[in-house]
Amino acid sequence: MRKFFEKIVAGLLTCSGFVTSITILLIVVFLFIEAFGLFKSKVIEDGYVLALNKANPVNRLSPSEIKNIFDEEITNWKEVGGIDAPIKVFRLENITEYYSEEDLGEAYELAGDKIAELVQRNPGMIAFIPSQFVKEGSNLHLIKDNNISFKDVIAGAEWFPTATPAPQFGFLPLITGTLWVSLFAILIALPFGLSVSIYLSEVANTKTRNILKPVIELLSGIPSVVYGFFGLIVIVPFIQKTFDLPVGETGLAGSVVLAIMALPTIITVTEDAMRNCPRSMREASLALGASQWQTIYKVVIPYSISGITSGVVLGIGRAIGETMAVLMVTGNAAVIPTTILEPLRTIPATIAAELGEAPAGGAHYQALFLLGVVLFIITLIINLSVEAISAKRK
Amino acid sequence: MTEMNKSAQITSSASNRKRTSQYVAFGLFRLLSLCVVLILFAILGFIIYKGVGVINWEFISSAPREGMTAGGIWPAIVGTFYLMVGSALFAFPIGVMSGIYMNEYAPKGKLVRFIRVMTNNLSGIPSIVFGLFGMALFVNYLGFGDSILAGSLTLGLLCVPIVIRTTEEALKAIPDTLREGSRALGATKLQTIWHVILPMAMPNVITGLILALGRVSGETAPILFTCAAYFLPQLPQSVLDQCMALPYHLYVISTSGTDMEAQLPIAYGTALVLILIVLAVNLLANALRKYFEKKVKMH
Repeated sequence: MRKFFEKIVAGLLTCSGFVTSITILLIVVFLFIEAFGLFKSKVIEDGYVLALNKANPVNRLSPSEIKNIFDEEITNWKEVGGIDAPIKVFRLENITEYYSEEDLGEAYELAGDKIAELVQRNPGMIAFIPSQFVKEGSNLHLIKDNNISFKDVIAGAEWFPTATPAPQFGFLPLITGTLWVSLFAILIALPFGLSVSIYLSEVANTKTRNILKPVIELLSGIPSVVYGFFGLIVIVPFIQKTFDLPVGETGLAGSVVLAIMALPTIITVTEDAMRNCPRSMREASLALGASQWQTIYKVVIPYSISGITSGVVLGIGRAIGETMAVLMVTGNAAVIPTTILEPLRTIPATIAAELGEAPAGGAHYQALFLLGVVLFIITLIINLSVEAISAKRK
Repeated sequence: MTEMNKSAQITSSASNRKRTSQYVAFGLFRLLSLCVVLILFAILGFIIYKGVGVINWEFISSAPREGMTAGGIWPAIVGTFYLMVGSALFAFPIGVMSGIYMNEYAPKGKLVRFIRVMTNNLSGIPSIVFGLFGMALFVNYLGFGDSILAGSLTLGLLCVPIVIRTTEEALKAIPDTLREGSRALGATKLQTIWHVILPMAMPNVITGLILALGRVSGETAPILFTCAAYFLPQLPQSVLDQCMALPYHLYVISTSGTDMEAQLPIAYGTALVLILIVLAVNLLANALRKYFEKKVKMH
């Protein structure tokens, strides 16, 4: 009887051992399924069509072309492969400029025919109308509504998910924003992190170590909202004043905050790695006449270089994935940054900021999940490389 | 004679160079380390200074009023507490069982390494991805909706890798002789674990859990879409209700307020309460660790 009970418990324990693996699998499944639904979504907003005159040879338009047409940045059909004629934009609300209320009927029943007439009369017109207004047999030539393509998303230079008629889901501004902020953060954090860890592991006496270690632990324990709050109240105005900018919410503010947050990670891992350098090697170097500093940079650091690299890479991973602090201090501009002194947006901040407003199941929602997938893959690569680095060491 | 002098001069200038470069380097390290300490004190000091005037019994125990421009943060404190308890209830059993499996039952080799890689990866995933996953799985797919349940489960997932790692280390620290002695006396593997090993490892495991909970109390991203609400008229009545939470409260109050002047003190107060929780958790964990170290030494 007892043996049976023990078998059950052993089985339970075995199952729980796989909890983490199952969780990762589930994360992959749920995220990927939702995210790749984006590529089955249409370019043009759901329930709408783009109608052209029958004579217009243009058959497809990319999302950015659609946006530029409706923003009136592309004004001639020849720019998108059509004839040389000016583009006339028509949206449903424009209909009252052409027809009166009676012409359209009480519940807009006649609107569909009227719009078809209008498009026929104006060869350069492009109409963005709900699909229910397109009747059978009308002489409208509809733009082929292709699915959002991989290229549109990865190489797209505009992130504008609420644009009509075609929402823009270009990841480039977010990817570059994330990279800029994180790399700058590591640039700032690296000298501090390395100095503190060298100091802690080689130079500091026990009294100093007893002060520094709790300080590092505390720094790593402060929640990221508090860092964001501090950045918002102190760092952002400071940057605004020092660099004489219109707003202080910049990539630099984000980098500074991220640097402080990544410091404990870098310090703990690097110090651990340097501590593992065997005493005999250090003593041999000192016996040969090297000073303590020479020993550090000629013996200890090269020995623990893989640990130091792991620490830095983990710090980068932490910086890339940080959400709240960055969201609060880098401003709200999802554009490709040209300098670090501009507002920008990172991937996690975008997800956090926009998920609440994206209707579940819509293209925006799926695009945000795709961003989550990209983030997941980046952190997976970082974690796996750290594993590879430490495995190589052994 | 002159040659000896020459070589003596060369040696002493070389050692001078060594000495100065060491002074410069170490001085630089000391300076930068001091900067790091100052940064911490600047952050803590700033928030404590600005927040201490706001904290009083009324602030902690009353609900927000007048659209968040007055009143206290009691519901947020309650909500954070519920979330901490919920995630502990979920993460503790699973994490400890998983750690026991990894250390006591699993065949050493590829399997253990694989699971360890998975656990490390899980702990490295950004918290917003957890939030997305929690929303997709608990809120939408399993239909729990925005609730304390969904939030606790998501936060629990965040804690599980930490608990697993602490359990494993705690178990590893127990020498095998104890296990062998217990088996030699006729106990089964399970009895050994339950009566001998686990009680010895518990102190360290609990310390790890406390640290994990401290981290959870400050996490915002996982609860953004799974549970947190900005304002609720009453305290949550069941696990399927939404709750307010301190970090989310701080986030909203400092970024989207209508009356920043009045809301800023509340924001400082919230930040201070959060920091106090973190400080308390760290102190508690450290004190527990020292207490149990002493107990073990005495034996």
